[in-house]
Amino acid sequence: MVKPSKQIIRPYGDRRDDGVVQLSFTLPVPLSEKAKEAAAVFTKKMGFSDVKVAAAERAADNYTFFIVYARSGMYLDYAEIDVPEVVVKKMSFDDLNAFIKEKVGRRIVVFGACTGTDTHTVGIDAILNMKGYAGDYGLERYPGFEAFNLGSQVPNEDLIKKAVAKKADAILVSQVVTQRDVHKDNSRQFIDAAKAAGIHGKVQLLLGGPRVDHKLALELGFDAGFGPGTKPSDVANYIVHALLKKEGKEPKDAHYQGEPT
Amino acid sequence: MPGPFIDDAQIAHARTLAEEIVNPIFDLIRRNTTVSIERTVLRFFGISGAGARGVPLANLMVDKLKAAGVLNRGAAYWYGRALQLGAKSPLEAVERLTALPTDKLGPLSPEVEQNLRAEVRAEARSALEDMKSRLAARDALRQQFPMSPAPHKYVIVATGNIYDDVDQARAAAQAGADVIAVIRSTAQSLLDYVPHGATTEGYGGTYATQENFRIMREALDEESRKLKRYIQLTNYSSGLCMSEIAFCAAYEKLDMLLNDAMYGILFRDINMRRTFIDQYFSRRICALAGIIINTGEDNYITTADAYDAAHTVIASQFINECFAKRAGLKDWQLGIGHSYEIDPYRDDTLLLELSQAMLVRRCFPDAPLKYMPPTKHKETDIFFSHAYDVMADLVAIWTKQGIQLLGMMTEAMHTPLLADRFVALKSANYIHRAARGIDEEFTVREDGKIANRAREVFGQAMKLLQECRDEGMVAAIGKGHFGDVKREETGGKGLDGVMEKAPDYFNPFLEILEAT
Repeated sequence: MVKPSKQIIRPYGDRRDDGVVQLSFTLPVPLSEKAKEAAAVFTKKMGFSDVKVAAAERAADNYTFFIVYARSGMYLDYAEIDVPEVVVKKMSFDDLNAFIKEKVGRRIVVFGACTGTDTHTVGIDAILNMKGYAGDYGLERYPGFEAFNLGSQVPNEDLIKKAVAKKADAILVSQVVTQRDVHKDNSRQFIDAAKAAGIHGKVQLLLGGPRVDHKLALELGFDAGFGPGTKPSDVANYIVHALLKKEGKEPKDAHYQGEPT
Repeated sequence: MPGPFIDDAQIAHARTLAEEIVNPIFDLIRRNTTVSIERTVLRFFGISGAGARGVPLANLMVDKLKAAGVLNRGAAYWYGRALQLGAKSPLEAVERLTALPTDKLGPLSPEVEQNLRAEVRAEARSALEDMKSRLAARDALRQQFPMSPAPHKYVIVATGNIYDDVDQARAAAQAGADVIAVIRSTAQSLLDYVPHGATTEGYGGTYATQENFRIMREALDEESRKLKRYIQLTNYSSGLCMSEIAFCAAYEKLDMLLNDAMYGILFRDINMRRTFIDQYFSRRICALAGIIINTGEDNYITTADAYDAAHTVIASQFINECFAKRAGLKDWQLGIGHSYEIDPYRDDTLLLELSQAMLVRRCFPDAPLKYMPPTKHKETDIFFSHAYDVMADLVAIWTKQGIQLLGMMTEAMHTPLLADRFVALKSANYIHRAARGIDEEFTVREDGKIANRAREVFGQAMKLLQECRDEGMVAAIGKGHFGDVKREETGGKGLDGVMEKAPDYFNPFLEILEAT
């Protein structure tokens, strides 16, 4: 392969290669001449030159907020930047809703519950409820989804029955309690029940919980698994892509940002 | 007042409809009590500690009474029985009662029964007097150090650690904040108990506990004295422990609470009956404590489209107001919620937002109102985001909002940095200073876009209120009329904590609060 020629770049302030950047940060000291000097020193220590502390504001008694302009001597060869083409970027709330409207053309029906003896709804609530988790909205809030959260201690068979009645596209099983691997036993039982109901391989079956990972979920017979730190938007993106793949509207081997691995 | 837009008679009619919608729900409220209300009663009597593994004593006692099938007579009654058995302290009362098989506690003679109730009533009165004297101290401090003029600038802290929250809250107050909200740990609203003690670990926020309230209020009292400007504190009376949180907040002298008659149903999937019953007692406590409630209609337009669903906000506000008034709250305590959430890439959004905020002001002229900033369409371009927030600052001063939650330029990114709050406060101060009185200078033309839009939204709100009246509130929620969320009357969390009151149900606090 022919190596592309060099393409040296630097930040652009108001003329090519001036290397000007703007910074803002807070130091935990009262506003004073000494504080301003500290901001300049800190900026220089980061490798900047021509430091101008443009603003030093008393953010509180013991905190000063700075806006600083400075030049960087750093440059880089843009030709050497190598980013694999992301097939599909993870979509935001609005983008995903618009995408569902366009590609699916109806609301995607999702059921979820903590099944078996598990009473801990914190996981399923974080994913499904309006409020969501860490500022990431739950599926109930997406106009593109019709989400049903059945809560805790739901028998596997009940969850499946209710989901089938509403022609669910996906079923989420949350398992929080893991003593003596009770989550695995219950998950296996869910898959058995799904097979008995004839929905295995047809409806998306997703498993989530603090001790769950994608590999374990696949082993147990689920389509995907979501572990700790999963955000509702991760699950939402997964369901949409999996549905489009199933409907042949997206290549089976399409990859996208944030997919479970 | 920017405009009438709407006839007084029509607004009065909206209130009549809200009355008629709320009336049937009051049958439910009168007939039932909940585990959370009964725990609140015990907390009033001083049962605020925790037993083994941090389980609150109030929960231990109420669970025991519920299991024995006798909670429907009221925890206050059983508390009286425990005292009669010779308990010297509330703690001992719990121990005695929970140790005793309840079937051993047979009926009493009418005379003894009457004495017991009189004694417990007297104790309830003195508990309420004690609370009132604590609140009088808060009110004296408020008087000594008056607050800044409205809109009161409201900012949030959410570190998870109450001591870190204190540092951030002090810094925010020093930068000009008037109200500090401590965000709760994720999903606390779904816990059927109030955690105990000071906490230093939370997820996405800090647990609301009585001790955390005390720690923060103490720090803000100190800051108020230093700044010679009273700093208000708020938290969340929502979820499964609405009235317990209201008690803890009142006892620890908080100034505001987020408290909505329907938020829990719609956004946290708390059972409808549970929420309606709990909200009433929680609001009775707020009424007594001079706590300003903040309703949550702003949430509707983070789910539904802010333009299309504008009328659901107005309709819900009338319903929330009616619930609040029936619980004894006064106009000055109604921080009726709404927000600046229309997609900024539409045309005329400043006019549309002004129209909506003016309409809310027109409908609730004597309420402080609580204005929320843009969140749904926020971008990670912080410079754009900042400009967007500033427009909400302008609408807030123009429509005389009492409380304004300030937008953060990093809204779509992370919990605010210390500097983000400073930047928001500095520009809100500037806009408020620059535009104060603008409403007196400009009259809004009655035939223009703002007035026409206000009439359109109000008209739709009236239709929705009519529908809620005709079909009932339960059916309206079932159809997803509010926030696009559908809920069933017997669905959601917490229904098993609702029980019908026995004929001889006893709750002296409710009696006294309703008589006040």
